[in-house]
Amino acid sequence: MFELLKQPWHWAVSGTLIGLIVPLLLILGNKKFGISSSFRHICASCFPGNVKFFKYEWKKEIWNLFFVGGIIIGAFIATVFLTDPANSIRIAPDTAGILNSYGITDFSSLMPVQLFNWSNLFSIKGLVFFVIGGFLVGFGTRYAGGCTSGHSIMGLANLQKASLIATLFFMAGGFFSTNILIPLIFKYLQ
Amino acid sequence: MTETELIETEHIETKEEIELRHLDTLCTNESQLVHPWWYNFKYTIVGIIFGIVFVKAEIISWFRIQEMFQLTSFFMYGVIGTAVAVGAVSVLIVKKLKLKSIYGEDITFEDKKFNKGQIFGAMIFGTGWAITGACPGPLFAQLGSGYSVIIITILSAIAGTWVYGKFRDRLPH
Repeated sequence: MFELLKQPWHWAVSGTLIGLIVPLLLILGNKKFGISSSFRHICASCFPGNVKFFKYEWKKEIWNLFFVGGIIIGAFIATVFLTDPANSIRIAPDTAGILNSYGITDFSSLMPVQLFNWSNLFSIKGLVFFVIGGFLVGFGTRYAGGCTSGHSIMGLANLQKASLIATLFFMAGGFFSTNILIPLIFKYLQ
Repeated sequence: MTETELIETEHIETKEEIELRHLDTLCTNESQLVHPWWYNFKYTIVGIIFGIVFVKAEIISWFRIQEMFQLTSFFMYGVIGTAVAVGAVSVLIVKKLKLKSIYGEDITFEDKKFNKGQIFGAMIFGTGWAITGACPGPLFAQLGSGYSVIIITILSAIAGTWVYGKFRDRLPH
């Protein structure tokens, strides 16, 4: 059983488990699945400034921060105890080829360690991939009213038209970024 | 629990306050019950399961996100598609059987009205999603996985959320 857990999981297994989080949260306490709101609750609880958008009863939503804390712990457990280092991620050859042309050649871990490391922090690459990227995620998800969890999973599962539109534009932004923006970034930042 | 905490959690929200809490947010707490704070640890346990799935599903991988948007692999479409299907069937069952929460409370659903944020905001998030290789959930999972530099990405995301809140009224909705 344990050895089975340590192998990479089939997408259908993972998808099913993620989908089951939706009814689990509903049944545990009538909570709607979503994650990006945690950023808003952190703003509201730590530095609301004088901004009306952050002056709400964040204590009512504190469950979401407990949930997010669990994600951090769970990811740690999975990485330390449930991952077989010899059985690392297998990337599509076409994508590996494209990334090679960007100078990304290390595919040994889930993230490109050549990009996501502290020594890149004060370079333009770090500015783009951590600082600007993160800013766009935080700004965009709140402006959109939810992220992939809230719109694309919870919202679509509840057949919300607004969530379908949001999901289509998430994808549009992603296609633009991966196929136009990121090649340009690597071309000019090498 | 001290007395002040008890009073704070029992603060009765006005209709306006509830609307403000729900503003631009899907994942909300609809429960009217008031519990001690440590009841929230059950959501930590759900989060732990979810964090494990995130890592094992490899959806926290920057590589998988690039594959998805380069259309070189079906993997991410399979994960998200299955999750939506399972979620939709579950919601249907919850609604049809009028299931209640473990505390006997009705499970409620709210329709979200469309606004232009689902176009502009979604495009902005999509752009950031492909750059960071992560939506908000996987960001936290990347951090837990040991990619400590992701704390910078998370702090930037919090800053982005704050800036959105500050200028919300001037943006098209």
